Amino acid sequence: MVTIGAIIYEPGSTVRNKTGSWRTFRPVLNSEKCIKCEICYIFCPEGAIYEDEKGNFKINYDYCKGCLICSKECPTNAITRIREEK
Amino acid sequence: MDKRFPREELFAPGHRGCAGCGASILVRMALKAAGRDVIVVNSTGCLEVFTTPYPETAWRVPWIHTAFECGGAVAAGIERAIKALKKRGKFKDRKITVMPIIGDGGTADIGLQALSGALERGHDMVYIMYDNEAYMNTGVQRSSATPLFASATTAPPGKRSKGEDRPKKDMPMIAAAHGIPYVATACISYPEDLMKKVKKACEIEGPTFIHVLQPCTVGWGYNPEDTIKIGRLAVETGFFPLYEIEHGEFRITYRPPKRKPLKEYIRMQKRYRHLTDEDIEILQKYVDERCKLLGLE
Repeated sequence: MVTIGAIIYEPGSTVRNKTGSWRTFRPVLNSEKCIKCEICYIFCPEGAIYEDEKGNFKINYDYCKGCLICSKECPTNAITRIREEK
Repeated sequence: MDKRFPREELFAPGHRGCAGCGASILVRMALKAAGRDVIVVNSTGCLEVFTTPYPETAWRVPWIHTAFECGGAVAAGIERAIKALKKRGKFKDRKITVMPIIGDGGTADIGLQALSGALERGHDMVYIMYDNEAYMNTGVQRSSATPLFASATTAPPGKRSKGEDRPKKDMPMIAAAHGIPYVATACISYPEDLMKKVKKACEIEGPTFIHVLQPCTVGWGYNPEDTIKIGRLAVETGFFPLYEIEHGEFRITYRPPKRKPLKEYIRMQKRYRHLTDEDIEILQKYVDERCKLLGLE
């Protein structure tokens, strides 16, 4: 598909590219320890951390690249890391 | 409970930025602060390359790519086009922010004359310089924003060299010298401060310039998880002071309780690993002098 002037008509179309496969370590969020300070939410480079309907934060593993910034910055250590296995 | 940060995601996941990329953190914050009514201008650079692998784009706001040297000029053109459309009544009176988000190479080196022209002509825009202190996109070549003694592929350390031999170009002060209404420095490790500055810049009429320090995991050489920590250390050591200059009035926006020794910041990064303790002393002295100049003891 080639468009005139290389215009891209569909905004945010990189969502088709699931970057979750890049991961070596998987961050795991423990909702019981979470104090909802939103630090992981704002520091995530992918926007892979989202708030569900109940107001709990969840990690979207389709896109999480496993940089572990969330785990490092979490003030209550609610996010732990485990190695990805095939 | 009140939400600290807006939930609207204007920067889509699935882009090809490295794990732990500081530039994508910056873009998420800046777009959350500015909202939907922005037109982003991107010169060539990391950000442009990893967000728009044709035929895909990570942006959910209007976005245009330009060549390296004309970020300022293209932003100026868009601003004038909006003005012209408004004048002819072809566009409803809603404020659209033109927001060039351009790297240190496209700002301090190659795009400097276009930027200077745009600032001098007084176009209403929010210019964000995302500074990773080298040309990371093409493989860590030095730029004029590379700090003293940092190694880069075109400033390699060795027997006769300690890496980069020139201090970092002081871009915010160059922008301030144009007499524009708002200049600020910010760091991704301080999201509230950064977003407040972007919001303020959007509201101010006329050209504004925000210099954002954004650690780069590949070029600086550290674990991706330390991106935020390194940014914080840069501010806490006084290596990168956070300030704003609003209508000529200088104000420090974050004053670290006690400045940490620069060594902590230096020793975390591979690009400084060739330095001896004496070299770090020289850097410390340089940082001390700059902090004194800015009134940051």
